[in-house]
Amino acid sequence: MKAFVPGARVAGTRVVMLVPFLWLVFFFLVPFLIVLKISLSQPAIAQPPYVPVLDLSGGWQALKAFADGLSPDNYSLIASDRLYAASYFKSLQIATVSTLLLLVLGLPLALGMARAPTGWQPMLFMLVALPFWTSFLIRIYAWINILQHDGLLNQFLIILRLVDEPPAWLASDTAVYIGMTYSYLPFMVLPLYATLEKMDETLIEAAADLGCPRWKAFWLVTLPLSLPGVIAGVLLCFIPIVGEFVIPDLLGSSHSMMIGQTLWTEFFLNKDWPVAASVAVALLILLLVPILFYQHMQTRNLSERS
Amino acid sequence: MQLEEVSKRFSSGIAVDRLSLDVGEGEFFALLGPSGCGKTTLLRMLAGLEAADHGRILLDGRDLALVPPHRRPINMMFQNYALFPHLNVENNVAFGLKQDEISSSEIASRVAHMLSLVRLQGYEKRKPHQLSGGERQRVALARSLAKRPRLLLLDEPLAALDKKLRNETQFELMNLQKQLGLTFIIVTHDQQEAMTMADRIGVMNHGRLIQVGPPSEIYEQPNSRWIADFIGDVNLIEAKVLAAEPGSLLVASSVAGELRAANARGCKPGETVWVALRPEKVRISRESPSARDANCVAGKVGNVGYLGEFSLYRVRLECGFEMKAMVPNIMRIAERAIKPDDSVWLSWSPDTPVVLTR
Repeated sequence: MKAFVPGARVAGTRVVMLVPFLWLVFFFLVPFLIVLKISLSQPAIAQPPYVPVLDLSGGWQALKAFADGLSPDNYSLIASDRLYAASYFKSLQIATVSTLLLLVLGLPLALGMARAPTGWQPMLFMLVALPFWTSFLIRIYAWINILQHDGLLNQFLIILRLVDEPPAWLASDTAVYIGMTYSYLPFMVLPLYATLEKMDETLIEAAADLGCPRWKAFWLVTLPLSLPGVIAGVLLCFIPIVGEFVIPDLLGSSHSMMIGQTLWTEFFLNKDWPVAASVAVALLILLLVPILFYQHMQTRNLSERS
Repeated sequence: MQLEEVSKRFSSGIAVDRLSLDVGEGEFFALLGPSGCGKTTLLRMLAGLEAADHGRILLDGRDLALVPPHRRPINMMFQNYALFPHLNVENNVAFGLKQDEISSSEIASRVAHMLSLVRLQGYEKRKPHQLSGGERQRVALARSLAKRPRLLLLDEPLAALDKKLRNETQFELMNLQKQLGLTFIIVTHDQQEAMTMADRIGVMNHGRLIQVGPPSEIYEQPNSRWIADFIGDVNLIEAKVLAAEPGSLLVASSVAGELRAANARGCKPGETVWVALRPEKVRISRESPSARDANCVAGKVGNVGYLGEFSLYRVRLECGFEMKAMVPNIMRIAERAIKPDDSVWLSWSPDTPVVLTR
């Protein structure tokens, strides 16, 4: 009996670990391999609209024929056609600027929440998370309403006599930045709040006691200590913004497309699944760099805490 | 350092109540009191982390009310040490120096000096989480001393240390204070710590200073029953003054009969007083004591508390009142004569107790 209990616990731990592992295999790895396979195919007017098709019942010969049919042509197309490069660049630009805006806006918000009286904090937390209770799509349509020519924003600006002519907000990068900042703010604020809330207030007092004015203590103490939260917030915003489709499609201009829109066009308008798939794979590789960086920071944090 | 009628009120009640105090240059002053008596609040007001509601705080005659904490020549060692977790030992100690316009070579030499003072050479590159409790405490001390403050405030600096390390550190702190010639104000709830280290002790309760004086005076000449009871152990016997002569007093107590005591407070006949007698000043014996002038009561030993260097005898008098007598264990326990249930005499000379009027 004595020997049985620890053995059962080890087995139990293994089962628990197996669940997320299997989840990742079936819902991430297998779909990714399918996309990778399609990205190496060529478009065809067929069902499905690409060749070669993998036929597992055909045996070794069929498998060999299938492997011979694969080619990296789509990737050379993406690399050579400037449309894709411009699209990737646009995505990175939008994501970088939006993330910076989010950080500038989110940090004081999170700081204010963390310093608020303890009784208020659950309420403030709720208020930040509250927009999630309405459909994302409806909220973006609401922004179209606010930003359009005779929308709320322009009415407001004219009443305040800040402008004579109503400016055009929609179909511009500004509108995309507004939409991104609005939509992703909770993803920036919540991890920042989580780290700031845990921070020891006496550290700021100690800094003041040692001759450090408040604004300087923010740079020397608060910010370095909230770095894990900053990194988490930045990555939680940056990565999905790069691949964002709905916001630029509804609020942005049609002249320059983000990579999500390009992918959509390839897939639904051009019906070119292989190119769409290779755009997706290239995007994943592009995003893998910040994801791996995040993981590295996470493990470093964990090992430092223990 | 002068405090004039300083008060501080929180929503939960008054923390510091019209408190006045002078602390001299180079003094080691201890604020002693039960938890929640306002001693930490007082310290935080000196550091500028709390503002006083009333009264003035003066340093070298200058009012500190409008001086923010980062401009005060006062440093504090925090109870939880408040070391910056993202900085290594060296940068923690250098933090305060870097806020002033000091050359980096000067900073480096002063940090090195501080670390040698607290015997932490070789720990420069370690982060706080890689240090033991005692090492962290020493880093905090080095950090608060690095700027050579006019006044160093220590908030329960040794509370997190085990007893042996605490005793060692007490003497280290005293040496450092003498060596550097600084003024220290330490907050503690540990009376032994205050007694060992301080030149003067201020005992606080409910936001007020009840008594201020050197450790021996606080212990030997408490000014009230509360102080006598708070500092050390005491037998308190309520009595009425029968006869008062200059220098000597005859009182009648319901529990121990007529007693003689020195009259230091000018008590008058008929007044109610309390005779405060420290247990270690009580003699305990099986035979009736012979000395004529001694106060003497009979009783039965209840239980004996063995404390190692001392034994504490609880003796029940005939009326049921219990008195304590503390006796050094000169002989080994098997050879001692007095055991529970023995009938004994307690005696003490008239000049050992203190007569208290409040």
